[in-house]
Amino acid sequence: MKTYQEMILRLKSYWAERGAIIQEPYDVEVGAGTMCPETFLRVLGPKPYRVAYVQPSRRPADGRYGENPNRLYKHQQLQVILKPTPDDVLEQYLGSLEAIGIDLKKHDIKFEEDNWESPTLGAWGIGWQVMLDGMEITQFTYFQQCGGVDLELIPAEITYGLERLCAFLQDRESVYDIAWTPEFAYAEVRLTEEQQHSVFNFEMADVGTLWKLFELHEGECQRLINLYHQEHKQDEALRQRFPVLPTYDQVLKCSNLFNLLDARGAISVTERVGVIARVRKLAVGVAQMWVDQQFTVHQETVQKPEEVVA
Amino acid sequence: MAKDFLLEVGVEEIPDWMIPDGLAALTEAVRPLLPEGEILWSEATPRRLALRAHGVAQREADRVELVQGPAKGAPEAAVAGFAKKQGVEVSALEVRTIGRAEKYVYEKQIPGRSTQELLAEGLPKAILGIPWPKTMLWPAKGGARFIRPIRWILCLLGEDVVPFTVNGIAAGNETWGHRQLGKIHVPVTIASYEAKLRENFVLLRAAERRAKIVAELPAGVKADAALLETLTYITEYPTAITGSFAEEYLQLPAEVLVTVMRYHQKYFSVEKQAGQLAPQFVAVMNTASDPEGLVRHGNERVLRARFNDARFFYEVDQQKPLASRVEALKNVTFQAQLGSYWEKTQRVVALTKELGGGPDAVRAAELAKTDLTTEMVKEFTELQGIVGGIYARAQGEAEGVAQAIYDHYRPNSMEDAIPATAAGQLLSLADKVDTLRGCFRIGLIPSGSKDPFALRRAAQGIVRILAEGELKLGLGQLAGEDRKLHEFLLDRVGYYFQEIRGYAYDEVKAVLAAGSDDLPDVEARLAAVKAIRSSENFEALAAGFKRIRKILDGDFDPAGQHIDESLLEAGPEQELYAQLRRVKAAVAGTSYGERLALMATLRTAVDAFFDKVLVNAPDPRVRANRLTLLFDLKAEFSGIADFSEIVPKAQENLTS
Repeated sequence: MKTYQEMILRLKSYWAERGAIIQEPYDVEVGAGTMCPETFLRVLGPKPYRVAYVQPSRRPADGRYGENPNRLYKHQQLQVILKPTPDDVLEQYLGSLEAIGIDLKKHDIKFEEDNWESPTLGAWGIGWQVMLDGMEITQFTYFQQCGGVDLELIPAEITYGLERLCAFLQDRESVYDIAWTPEFAYAEVRLTEEQQHSVFNFEMADVGTLWKLFELHEGECQRLINLYHQEHKQDEALRQRFPVLPTYDQVLKCSNLFNLLDARGAISVTERVGVIARVRKLAVGVAQMWVDQQFTVHQETVQKPEEVVA
Repeated sequence: MAKDFLLEVGVEEIPDWMIPDGLAALTEAVRPLLPEGEILWSEATPRRLALRAHGVAQREADRVELVQGPAKGAPEAAVAGFAKKQGVEVSALEVRTIGRAEKYVYEKQIPGRSTQELLAEGLPKAILGIPWPKTMLWPAKGGARFIRPIRWILCLLGEDVVPFTVNGIAAGNETWGHRQLGKIHVPVTIASYEAKLRENFVLLRAAERRAKIVAELPAGVKADAALLETLTYITEYPTAITGSFAEEYLQLPAEVLVTVMRYHQKYFSVEKQAGQLAPQFVAVMNTASDPEGLVRHGNERVLRARFNDARFFYEVDQQKPLASRVEALKNVTFQAQLGSYWEKTQRVVALTKELGGGPDAVRAAELAKTDLTTEMVKEFTELQGIVGGIYARAQGEAEGVAQAIYDHYRPNSMEDAIPATAAGQLLSLADKVDTLRGCFRIGLIPSGSKDPFALRRAAQGIVRILAEGELKLGLGQLAGEDRKLHEFLLDRVGYYFQEIRGYAYDEVKAVLAAGSDDLPDVEARLAAVKAIRSSENFEALAAGFKRIRKILDGDFDPAGQHIDESLLEAGPEQELYAQLRRVKAAVAGTSYGERLALMATLRTAVDAFFDKVLVNAPDPRVRANRLTLLFDLKAEFSGIADFSEIVPKAQENLTS
């Protein structure tokens, strides 16, 4: 039987063998692997890229104090981005399942329509949820738009839910019973974290403080976006060194704080739409800034119109 | 020599519900590219759209195009210019009469193209032109849009590959088998295609896949045509397997169990006997067998986890009864401008009272939306209302209250039943009317295919409840002051009686024009009109009414007019008057059908009147008297339906 970590190592080496960069998890809280700059920003623009990384993904509202066998505050995703999409991408994906010991001839695989959309990121794509014997194990998406920007090279995003995939492999009813290693169960590694974060997320997080932090990060993010457009964009040297990536970190902070406020029950349904729109505005702002900085050759730096005429 | 033709477009998994329409569109687009050909079949699986034709000519027929040039009298230079443009001598032109003019023309011979050429040019457009509901771009900017990436194309005309590419994919002579069980890059001929697919675990024909599933279903499976269709188009090689779950889960509401199985897992549920679930389910795999039981085991495991979740939600929800959840609705938005569900609840309660609701209906209205705050509905939104009804019953609300809440979203579709009880019908009506009034007030009126709040469905539900239910309520009362809403509802009434009840367009128009507001009464009138309209007398009379309406449409003002018998001319005029009085006296207390039958007896008198009597008499008093007679005649019978709207059969044939 494969342990949790053996499964992860095998998947990583599978994608490494196919030319993917194996990245480490991003060090700012995110709700999904998609939000990491390795996906959100790398899918923009014309440069090919291939990357795979495990990303612990925090969803405060999904916490269950460690009592629900299948729901977690923080679960782990293996995120694979193949840009552009290879023609045999689905065959490659199915190969990854065989690599971790699933004999596809003995199982039922279905690709069921599931189009992905993230209103907070201004991103959407077309794809499937991959069902293995009736269980969703992967979200597969052909990204079309990110940060409100149409993509130039269509990437495939493959997101494996690692805990449920492993629970399947090991035939466990509860993710907490998964063998992380032969000696340590998942519960021994993570249960305390689930319990304590649930207490914090649902009971103790101070709503006032969360709002204050949200507004601070939002303000900082917006200040940087404005600065770029008002001053730095016009000067080539300033433009190239502008800290777009740190600006994006502010978006991630806002997104996580929004999720915390939501779990805490501090955002009414009416407010929700408005707050999501605030985060999206930042995400879209950063995506546009990134495209401008990384992939746009500014007119003045090439030739001035008069010179063309002359 | 005529040739066979085969096309297969290999695609990554197409959403099942889009496949039949996509295939039909492709078939229609390919048809004109096959001169003299006959399409034998078109079939599809999630991974392929295929069609086969025979008798395809090798070339299109040659044709002649008549090119028109200058008029006969035009200057020579113009005629020469025209000939030059056509690349011929002036002597090759002819003069012909086109319409009223005589013109120089040239009969241009256009040779038919080879079918290979026609297909190679037309197929990329035909394939990429399929109007999918939602498309994606691939592989990059400037690429094509399709439902999912195309991965191979097989296209043969006779033994030859038709040479074309779509978004970089070249047509060839290879197909691909089933993902797990088949081979890839399988060369085929037109004759061997289907057999090769079968060898590679693809059942190309939807009917065969459907039949295989049906044959493998065990006894007790509840028929579910929509699920069967989904499973037919989500598989290339379907095989049904039966799994089971622990008896203890049967304590959960059956609706919840069925929803989990049917909608979340695409399983058939199984019944021990009618209305009683067995602890079993049927899953349909996309593979040939499950010899080690691994697939069954996996599906059972998933279902157990889902049922455990549902049980957890049920238990948590019972800790807070519906009655104590009303306040919490203040935090659930109904619509930004229309406020929260708490506000909606207040309005629906008031409307329920206003429409004459009893204590059960009013109590149900107070609690109807509270299930939106339960964990169960948050997880299974499609069970809203149903969960409320089940919880109300479990929490000791009166049966009439529970049933009304349970039913209050009904009817959800044309096939769905209306609420079972009067209280449920009233609540459903009040809820929908409130939604419609609110949305119309803030300008959210459906237009074209845009109807995000499903207002048409709500209005259709209202119409069905009024027509089929036991409430005695008029449409006008529900629409209130809103004229647009009234028209919107009337439009749905028309749709209902035509499309669902099968009355003719003009019958519905005639009855609605008479202004009846009570839908069971409208139906009674329609039945009477439909029964009598085929009789000879009635058709002729309807034509007479049309004439009367035209005459009265002039400047005649009926106010204060009475028939002066002394002005009636002997003969057809007096006769019509006498007949009208006879019929008027006889109709009191009769049914619509009897009244219409009586009315049809006037036909001879009406015909004779129009035949012999000049309505537009020189004496203005006689004229006014005659118009008044016609007005009375029309008024007497337009109470049932406006017969001038009835299109006589003969005329119908002309226009259709």
